[in-house]
Amino acid sequence: MIKSHRCAGAACLVAALAVALAGCTDNTSGAAPGDPRALTVQSTDDACTVSGGGAPAGTLTFSVTNGGSQVTEFYLLGSDGLRILGEVENIGPGLSRDLVVNAPAGDYFTACKPGMIGDGIRNPFSVAPSDDQPAVSADDQQLAEQADQQYGSYVKDQTEQLLAQTRAFAEAYTAGSDDEARRLYPRARMHWERIEPVAESFGDLDPKMDAREADLQPGEEWTGWHVMEKDLWPQRAENYTALTTQERKRYADDLVANTEDLYNRTRDLTFSTDQIGNGATGLMEEVASGKVTGEEEYWSRTDLWDFQGNLEGARVAWQGLRPILQKKDPDLDATLEEEFAATQAELDSHRSGDGWKSYDELTEDDIKALSDRVNALGEPLSRLTAAVLS
Amino acid sequence: MTLSRRGLIGAAGGAAAVGAAGLAGGLALGRTAEPPPDPLARTYPFHGAHQAGIATPAQDRLHFAAFDVLTDDRAKLARLLRAWTTAAARLTQGLAAGEQGPTGGSYQAPPDDTGEAIGLPPSGLTLTFGVGPALFDRFGLGQRRPEALTPLPAFPGDALDPDRSDGDLCVQACADDPQVAVHAIRNLARIGMGTVSVRWSQLGFGRTSSTSTAQPTPRNMFGFKDGTANLKAEEPDLLDRHVWVPAGRDPREDWLVGGSYLVARRINMTIETWDRTSLAEQERVIGRSKAEGAPLSGGDEFAAPDFAAAGRGGLPLIDPRSHVALAHPDANDGVQLLRRGYNFVDGSTRLGRLDAGLFFLAFVTDPRTHFIPMQTRLASRDALQEYLRHTGSGLWAVLPGVNEGGWLGETLLA
Repeated sequence: MIKSHRCAGAACLVAALAVALAGCTDNTSGAAPGDPRALTVQSTDDACTVSGGGAPAGTLTFSVTNGGSQVTEFYLLGSDGLRILGEVENIGPGLSRDLVVNAPAGDYFTACKPGMIGDGIRNPFSVAPSDDQPAVSADDQQLAEQADQQYGSYVKDQTEQLLAQTRAFAEAYTAGSDDEARRLYPRARMHWERIEPVAESFGDLDPKMDAREADLQPGEEWTGWHVMEKDLWPQRAENYTALTTQERKRYADDLVANTEDLYNRTRDLTFSTDQIGNGATGLMEEVASGKVTGEEEYWSRTDLWDFQGNLEGARVAWQGLRPILQKKDPDLDATLEEEFAATQAELDSHRSGDGWKSYDELTEDDIKALSDRVNALGEPLSRLTAAVLS
Repeated sequence: MTLSRRGLIGAAGGAAAVGAAGLAGGLALGRTAEPPPDPLARTYPFHGAHQAGIATPAQDRLHFAAFDVLTDDRAKLARLLRAWTTAAARLTQGLAAGEQGPTGGSYQAPPDDTGEAIGLPPSGLTLTFGVGPALFDRFGLGQRRPEALTPLPAFPGDALDPDRSDGDLCVQACADDPQVAVHAIRNLARIGMGTVSVRWSQLGFGRTSSTSTAQPTPRNMFGFKDGTANLKAEEPDLLDRHVWVPAGRDPREDWLVGGSYLVARRINMTIETWDRTSLAEQERVIGRSKAEGAPLSGGDEFAAPDFAAAGRGGLPLIDPRSHVALAHPDANDGVQLLRRGYNFVDGSTRLGRLDAGLFFLAFVTDPRTHFIPMQTRLASRDALQEYLRHTGSGLWAVLPGVNEGGWLGETLLA
């Protein structure tokens, strides 16, 4: 049952403008008018008017316009009213957003959620079987769940290893076994770097564990990995006073406690495909902004270890999404395969022993070549999320 | 609510057409004419026998970029040049770099256009592409590298920075709005990531020569008119002789017929020293008056210099070591360059001096006859040299024009 509502002034204006502009916008993403899979949704403070009560199976585009005064959201829900087929969040008043979602034949609900609270304003929506259905499959959801499980397992495994290695590092550091601590530092951190977007998603833990001295605001206390990094590699510091045994113990204990906290909080995390895809993108952006520039490990110069950790984390995320990506955009998948390999090969040329060269041993040309590879991988990787969601 | 560039430009184009019609009608009926259309709405055709951006009336702004090719795979390079062709054809007509545009496409993906040109008119954007000497051996094209495309020799006094010199490919973006030129280079660089890497780039403002008789002669950072004797678009015979690559000159050049050669020199000017120089000395060094740009032998700006005219003590009025005396076609076997340079200021140095000068760009039919002899002479004898330092350099073969359906470089790589 679709309710009809009087269109209020602003909403009418927005709708009219949207129609007027459709002819001159340089945008081929919106479905053509008359396409039964192209629907419009008018979300107001008390109504959710969908232009039709159903559509043929395939890739549906809901163009959602918020004509209300509150922030709204739009969902396509399964017949149980719980399963989310697709959602578009944070649509401010006056704004329009598209939800593109693959829907097999079946019964659904559409829902607008003005004010972002409650169950939202729901209407039944039916998707009819269709012969001209674009590549959709009922097992997309299954593939997404599989990707979630795999990525969740990976995060658990990495935090376990991070905890074990961090304990070993803390022990060596507290005991004054500096050589051993220096050996363990980049090895332990690699596990952090592999899941950095997840670790960073805990806004309280990240600054306590991974803040760099330059990140601090005046008066803020500096704790975490990089305090001990500076203490172990003070060569570039001016007038540096080494930490006392007591201070060392305090920082090391604090890091271990925070790592335990991170461990506990990551036991049952679940991930959506967009979180996994965006995590991959985010990891390569970490490389581009901090590692390839040698800013992350300012004291130890172990940036290439972090680079490897970020790269592996991004690769694992992509690999988890590959079954979906190979169906939806095999060209992009092939490009990513090629670029991941090329970036790894470039990094491999700087291996040293069982690890990596110091950042200081890289020439300007080495750094440029690494940066070029990061760009070459980062550009196609930035399209991963949209491709798997398409 | 977003407007695409196409939407706005469509509207601007419509307004221009209406304006023109109104003008004609107004004249016929003896009414007041409509104001002329906004020159920023101008576009230059992308397709044609020659690339745009050479004989096109020089725009006011420049973003020039040189690229290194990262791949040894010829097909990958060809793919990029096809993609660049498509994007350049769109960008020069005021469209977004990609079909989805800066605010279209998937909400989950980065847009295929970066969006800083939303709402800006085409601004006369031209994009001009060239290939450097180092590209040929890499792709097994050694037999097709023209004799003329040999790296420039070292000139006396050169202080070249390798990080501002050379490159396998170059793109010259000129427009009447700097943001439009920067937008074009930024999007082309982005499309090229993985295949090419930006080696260096240079922003320029204030064209330092006229390439059309319709343009007044601009001034360079020394405050002198520059480019008075430049080749002009209205002189097709001279362009054929001095700019375009003719058929049948060098069998290695067959793919380049209709193209040209581009010489770039980043020339720093010692601004503060120059500014402490007397007007008499400034004019002696240049060979022209500062006010009118007239040759010191007399007449107006466009008067032919008389290098034999003598003044007090029998000394020539135009110093034989002046810039004009040494750079004039009369002193260079009649050769002429099509100069298209820009002023640049890259901020100030640690000493508080302007990092400024002239980004010299010239299109010539053959650098061996049309640049190297002149620059050799200037570098060793030009009195102006005392105030200049050449800090960047490059030579590229400028690809022939592209027809509809064709792509940049197809004569070389197809």
